Amino acid sequence: MLILECPYCGVKAEETELSPGGEAHLKRFGPGSSDDEFEAYMFARKNPKGVHCERWRHAYGCGKWFLAARCTATLEVFGTYLAQTAEPPAEIVEKIKAKRPEWKGYS
Amino acid sequence: MSDPVSALGGATFEGFASVREIGPLGMITLRAKAGTAGLEAAVHAATGCALPAQRRIVRQGDRAAGWMSPDEFLLILPYGDVAAALAGIAQALQGQHHLAVDVSDARAVFRIEGAKADQVLRKLSPVDFDRLEPGELRRSRAAQVAAAFWAEDGGFTLVCFRSVAAYVMGLLSTSAQPGSEL
Repeated sequence: MLILECPYCGVKAEETELSPGGEAHLKRFGPGSSDDEFEAYMFARKNPKGVHCERWRHAYGCGKWFLAARCTATLEVFGTYLAQTAEPPAEIVEKIKAKRPEWKGYS
Repeated sequence: MSDPVSALGGATFEGFASVREIGPLGMITLRAKAGTAGLEAAVHAATGCALPAQRRIVRQGDRAAGWMSPDEFLLILPYGDVAAALAGIAQALQGQHHLAVDVSDARAVFRIEGAKADQVLRKLSPVDFDRLEPGELRRSRAAQVAAAFWAEDGGFTLVCFRSVAAYVMGLLSTSAQPGSEL
């Protein structure tokens, strides 16, 4: 079972209280970008076996979107952080690097 | 004006804990970012309560103010006082970006009482009731629908949407069946 702590209300929410929102930290390619860039932004998503940054919504709670860094293979959670964050916070990155030295970064 | 009617007309169930629908209860959803000038005054004007801290509900007599999310508060008050409270909020938050709506008729409220009241909810919500603190307002789900509840006066008060009131009454009654204690 996946348990994520919502950074907005501090509730340790179990998976059924949350809705998944897919990959986090997407860079938007809008008007003016090439077709290939737009297609990649629209459709191409990572599907790693290992560390993954994801968007989650505390749907049955405060209703806020937040981001979580977790391992898709072991369900180990490295941390959750606010959605208004452009990249994973330094302490979470450090935690991931300590436990998964082979990790190549979120992008 | 027509008389207010609660969702289930005060339905009750006696099992190993007693379940009853209460209401109609006045409720206001107040949305404003934390730190908005006049927010504390608005909550005080409507309920007489201080601004609740994260995940807390503050009670003052028959009125209460609960923290629903970083920018949302639930104000509970007598049904007939809602219009006056909305006017008070509008005055306190004049010129500030906010939203205050009367949601009294959009909600159903239940009381679950008895020594084993927590067991009724334990079966329905993915919540660690051993760590639920007094005065903590927990938004979660009851089986398939959204619900918020808090411990109060030797029982629990549960708030859900009115459209699912009959479903929630069914859930609570089934969960409180005599002999099904945990």
